[in-house]
Formats: sequence, structure tokens, C-alpha cells
Amino acid sequence: MSKKIVCRCEDVTEEDILKAIDEGYTDFEELRKKLRIGMGTCQGRTCIMLALRILARKTGKSIEEIEKPSFRPPVVPITLGSLAGEEDED
Amino acid sequence: MKTDVVIIGGGINGCSLAYQLSKKGIDVALFERKYICSGATGRCGAGIRQQWSTRENIILAKESVKIFSKLSRELKEDIGFRQGGYLVAIHDEKELKEAEERVKLQRSLGVDVKIIDKDEIKEIVPILDPDGMHAIGATFCPTDGHADPFKTTFAYARRAVENGAKIFTHREVSKIIVEKNKVKGVVADGERIDCNYVINSAGAWSRIVARMAGIDIPNRPLRKEAIVTEKMKRVFDAMVISFRDGIYFSQQSEGNILGGIPGPDEREGYLYQPTFSFLNHMARTLTRYAPVLKFVRVLRHWTGFYDVSPDARPIIGEDPNIKGFIHCHGFSGHGFMLSPMVTKIISDYISDGKDSDYLHSLSIERFKGKDISREVSVVG
Repeated sequence: MSKKIVCRCEDVTEEDILKAIDEGYTDFEELRKKLRIGMGTCQGRTCIMLALRILARKTGKSIEEIEKPSFRPPVVPITLGSLAGEEDED
Repeated sequence: MKTDVVIIGGGINGCSLAYQLSKKGIDVALFERKYICSGATGRCGAGIRQQWSTRENIILAKESVKIFSKLSRELKEDIGFRQGGYLVAIHDEKELKEAEERVKLQRSLGVDVKIIDKDEIKEIVPILDPDGMHAIGATFCPTDGHADPFKTTFAYARRAVENGAKIFTHREVSKIIVEKNKVKGVVADGERIDCNYVINSAGAWSRIVARMAGIDIPNRPLRKEAIVTEKMKRVFDAMVISFRDGIYFSQQSEGNILGGIPGPDEREGYLYQPTFSFLNHMARTLTRYAPVLKFVRVLRHWTGFYDVSPDARPIIGEDPNIKGFIHCHGFSGHGFMLSPMVTKIISDYISDGKDSDYLHSLSIERFKGKDISREVSVVG
């Protein structure tokens, strides 16, 4: 069976998510912390909506009913050099 | 509903207590108002350090390391425990003298720790610039380390449930019933749960929980912030900290650098909003310590809360006035690393009435007298 990758940064498959939900990680934040979904470089831009849909389908809830994860700053990754106040050479 | 012990708070201490008590065959119900790990545990650096200034913390931490090192096997899940050591910067001659005293005490208690020079700092963490750190040396303990806070807490919770513990998430305890100075039960979501013990392991919210039983505790919630960077090739294993700058950072198993520092706008309270002043201060200090990191990107920045006690030491044990009310809070930023031993002491007390010196020295009663020895080795 071919793998369906949901979170590319952290290499999490649909199967991993379904298995974790079966184990009782039915809160999205718990699922995220268990599998590291959305913790990679893209910060969940590709995977969080997909994972929310899988969770909704599996638990029989609507996406609206599920508590969404908090999006944490910065919106795009920024170098420590820029944050420290250095001029960016890019 | 009826149970023997109600635990309030689903962080590392609450879940470890649920596991240990249920393993002894005691009826336990844990109430968490959000989800498991939603408080300080899920937001912490999860460092495990034995380099303390007080005898008590050194022993608690050392015994905790022993438990951590066997915990993956015991919980039948990998908790991500690794021992990369802690490197504690020494900035001047005065700090060197203090470090010598601490090291002497730590070594006398069996902790493998030594003072190292600037060259050795670079050997252990090649990206550090000792001059940028303003360091003349450091102390290093190779058996200090780290565990994954999510994996550890989830593993405790899962094994607890298998042992018969009940874990309720998204359920908030709103009332603690006390009659004739004894705990009788709690009310959660309008339902009364009869019990003999209530354990307050609510972290930064423990003051609110204690007040429900009419107990005033001197803790304050202190807002803290942390960052994590993108992943890098593995370059170092140690946690780097400085008591003067308050910074801590390490490279996670996944390759990201995670760290924190007291921010310029740090304050009491429950505000989750991260501050730019922290980010700027952290970036400046971190790139001073490890200049090459200026090319590395920050992915996330978040807040969490320390549950700070007046002497930065935990408050544990049964309340002297309310029978059945068990304190397990005030960890002041060190709840994760001390949890194995502290929760063992508390569960042995509940199950067998077993006494421990710590139940006296870390009792809430210590704030009545004047004999307070403050833990000074604090970062973050």
C-alpha cells in the first residue's frame, strides 16, 4: 500500500494520524504534539487543514466543532540575525 | 461519582501521579481543563539538570535522573530521554568561586560535574564563542539531559488509563468541598465527585485551585517565552545555560534549536501574547553565544508560565490545616525535571503514609518561619 503523506516536513502519514486517533489522541493539539504535525518548516500550511479533515471524518465531527491549533509567530521563518537587528544580506 | 484521589491538572506532575497511584491500585480521577500537556509541560524546554545550589534540589534531581533513565522501559514507550549534559557558563572570578562551591557540594552528593576552561567549552559545543559569551569557563555535568515532554506525559497518561485511572480532559474543577477541615470531594462541570484526597498539580493555576479549598498559597504565575528554530544538522548535545544572562538553549533530537531567556517585558499573569522585545533580546543573546546561528531561522515563538514560589523551590505534601489536600506545585520552572522523584514521594505518602524529609523541608509551612534557603540556580 502506498503511503499518504499528510505532513511533509515531519513525515507524518494518514495512517499515523488514524492510528493516533484510535489510541485516544482526539484533541487536535494532542495529535499535533504526539506526531509533530505542523511543527516543521512550513508551520502547518500544507498539513493542518488536511489533518483537521482526517480528525473530523474519523471522530464524526464537523471541522467547525474541532478546536483549531494556535498559529504561532513569526508568520514566516526569520533569521536570528535579522531578529537581533543585523542588516540582512539577502 | 466516587474515587479515592482527584488530581487537578494534566501536566507532567498530574499524569505521573495518576500513573503511580493507579499502579498501586488506588482509584484516581484526573481533571484537566484543556488537553494533556496544555500548560507549562507542553511549552517547556524539558531540560533535566542536577547542577543545583541546594542539597535538596541536587538529590531530588539526581534521583529523578535515575528514574528518567529507566522510564522508557517502564512506560513501554520511548520518552526521548538523552544525556547530552548541561554546560553552565561562568562569567567572572566571583562566579568561578561560587561555581567551585556548588561543584564541591554536587560532587559530594555523587553528581559527576567539573569545571572546564574556554577550550573545553568549544570542544563540547563547537558553535559557542566563549568571548562572545563573556565566559571564562563553565561547569559541565555529562549526565544532565533532556526528555520529550509530550512523549513522557502522554506515556504516563496512557499507562495510567490502562491501570484503571480515569482521565477527563476539557473538564474543569470549579469547587473543592471541605467539611470539618477535611477534603470531601470536588465539583466538575456540575457533577460532584466524592474523594478522600485532592492533589493540586495545576501549575501556574495552582493558586486558583488552592483558593477553592480556602488555602492561600504564595505562588505567582510568571509569563515566559521560548523559540524554536528550523532544523540543523546535529552539532551539539549539551544544554547551554547562564545564570547571569538567564539564557538556556539546546539542540533537540529533531535538530531544531530550542531556547528561552527572561524577556524585558516579562510580567505576572496569564497573557499568552508573545512579545517582540523578547524575540529581539533572545536573538541578540543567542547570536552572541553562538554567532553562526544568525543564519538560522526562527520557526515559532510562544509563551508559557512558570509557577513561581517565594524561594523558587517546589511546595509539596499534605496541607497542615486541610486534611486530604495535597500540594504539588511551585516548581518555578523546574517541574518537568523534578517530577519523577517528587511524584514518587507524594504517591508513597498517599498509598502507605510514608514520610520523607522533603515533605517537611518543602512543606507549605516553611513560609511561616524565616528559615528559607533560596534556590539561586535559575534560568529561563
